Amino acid sequence: MAAKVKKKEINQIKKSTNVFFNIIFIALSALCIFPIVFVFSISVSSEESIQKNGYRLIPEEFSSAAYQFLWNERGTILHATFMSILVTALGILLSVLLTTTMGYVVSRNSYKLKGFYTWVIFIPMIFNGGMLASYVVNANILHLRNTIWALILPLAVSSFNIVMCKTFFKTTIPDSIVESAKIDGAGQLRIFAQIILPISKPIIATIALFAAFGYWNDWFQASLYISDSNLQTLQSLLNNMQSNIEYIANNPYGGLSLQQYKASMPTESVRMAIAIVIVVPIACVYPFFQKYFISGLTIGSVKG
Amino acid sequence: MAVKKRNKTKKRRWTKDDTELTLISLPTVIWFALFSYLPMFGIIIAFKNYKLSPGHGFLYNLVHSEWAGWSNFTYFFKSNAFWMLLRNTILYNLVFIALGAVVAVGLALMLSNLRNKLASKAYQTMLFFPYFMSWVVISYIVYAVLTPEKGYMNSIIAALGGTKIMWYQEAKYWPYILTFLRIWKGMGYGMVIYLATITGIDPSLYEAAVMDGATKWQQMKHITMPCIKPVLIMMLILDAGKIFYSDFGLFYQATGGIPASLYSVASTFDTYIYKAIQSSAPIGKTAAASFFQSVCCCVTILFTNWVVKKIDEDSAIM
Repeated sequence: MAAKVKKKEINQIKKSTNVFFNIIFIALSALCIFPIVFVFSISVSSEESIQKNGYRLIPEEFSSAAYQFLWNERGTILHATFMSILVTALGILLSVLLTTTMGYVVSRNSYKLKGFYTWVIFIPMIFNGGMLASYVVNANILHLRNTIWALILPLAVSSFNIVMCKTFFKTTIPDSIVESAKIDGAGQLRIFAQIILPISKPIIATIALFAAFGYWNDWFQASLYISDSNLQTLQSLLNNMQSNIEYIANNPYGGLSLQQYKASMPTESVRMAIAIVIVVPIACVYPFFQKYFISGLTIGSVKG
Repeated sequence: MAVKKRNKTKKRRWTKDDTELTLISLPTVIWFALFSYLPMFGIIIAFKNYKLSPGHGFLYNLVHSEWAGWSNFTYFFKSNAFWMLLRNTILYNLVFIALGAVVAVGLALMLSNLRNKLASKAYQTMLFFPYFMSWVVISYIVYAVLTPEKGYMNSIIAALGGTKIMWYQEAKYWPYILTFLRIWKGMGYGMVIYLATITGIDPSLYEAAVMDGATKWQQMKHITMPCIKPVLIMMLILDAGKIFYSDFGLFYQATGGIPASLYSVASTFDTYIYKAIQSSAPIGKTAAASFFQSVCCCVTILFTNWVVKKIDEDSAIM
């Protein structure tokens, strides 16, 4: 035991180097975390102190005006939040279903069309029609414009995830399980749903997680296909506010006219408050799921 | 024995299993047909002078538009934008790939050597954070830092007695800002990939090296680096294959929608095509630009893979 500890001690970096590395990492961590702290402190600054001092890390005068404003506009905000959640939930479901089924099918060595399917999956990895062709197909041929499907379908499948899934099934599920289930008379659908899926939780979690972040953070699809304000997600709301900050001011109260209401809006802090509304769920969730994310990245980088 | 062999060489019949597997995979195959393969036929648009005739569907219009030959392509190649777009897209990508790899590998090596494992977990989590923010959110952070009147950067400059800089109007700073943002957002991701590879290395290799009196530096050079080389090469191939693509959000969002003052430093193929879609630019000309980009990408992937195969057979992906 003592020898083991000693050996470990020998093969470690010098104390001074360790301190040096730690300083670098502390600086980098600050660089990654502080920006969002800045944004938060702007969102709780009063409009007057922003006008007077500019943005400050520690606001001169605190104010919850921005969040009150968002609460007053909760119709818009909650609807956008609901849309974000709906798109993310449907997206995860679809993504997991389409990816795992295909991954399972191409992991079956005995499958007749395996060679063909491998090509079907492989070709999009090296060639695609390009942004314009996809846009034209989605908008003009599939007529997805201003439907929720424009936000969900185009992002549902990636060849990369299917390969990742295939590799997982191949390496962790022994053929004998499938064979014995077949002898017991189970069909492939039943084998997949009742045997494969339950033991594939890690890969499902990983794919779900990739999909969740992809959908929650997506604003690009919305900016191309969505003009109907009923279909706005939080990201597209934030995106639209960039060019027109008064975009969300629609519910004047206390006898103000719409014009006065817009003028009274704490514009600077409201901007930042919405950004916080989007980031907080992610910041709360991702440390817990990081493990699955990382395992997914590393499965994916194994040659499949 | 002979019977067994004959059985193997005989063509397998289509079984009930095959039918079931086909049915299970059908939705995904349909997805691929609609969202991956149908757009590939979109290249036809690039060879047409697409004309809108009201009252008819898109396909009718496409079929009845006249052929344009290569004119859409020559128009794109001769336009003022082309060389600028090509330069920006490729140069930015080269810098991102090289710097990104160096930063990621460097950080992973440092992190794997930290004495305190708990701290290294914490650093990892924090460095990964920017990766999970969308470019829209980051654009607000950039705005908070750079907006001329109230931004943090100008407050600091003013406090130090300098003159305020109109960040969004000064093109010369943006190559650095964009590079910084890109590396900042991606470093956690890259680091985690290499870190996972390093943790996967057989510890007995290091133990043997210590027995032989190898220093930390020698261990890194002769054990760690060779072990992460395949992953490094694969990441480089994947990145090199995307050299004609750009991270659209970075260029478009971080600059606040690419104002005219930053047009020449922040425009890439993707932002050009996006702006063309949003405006009423002739669809055939945009399609030519888009198709050019796709073909270049395909060629670069195949080429880098070919080069890697020449150098090191095992590291190639195809």
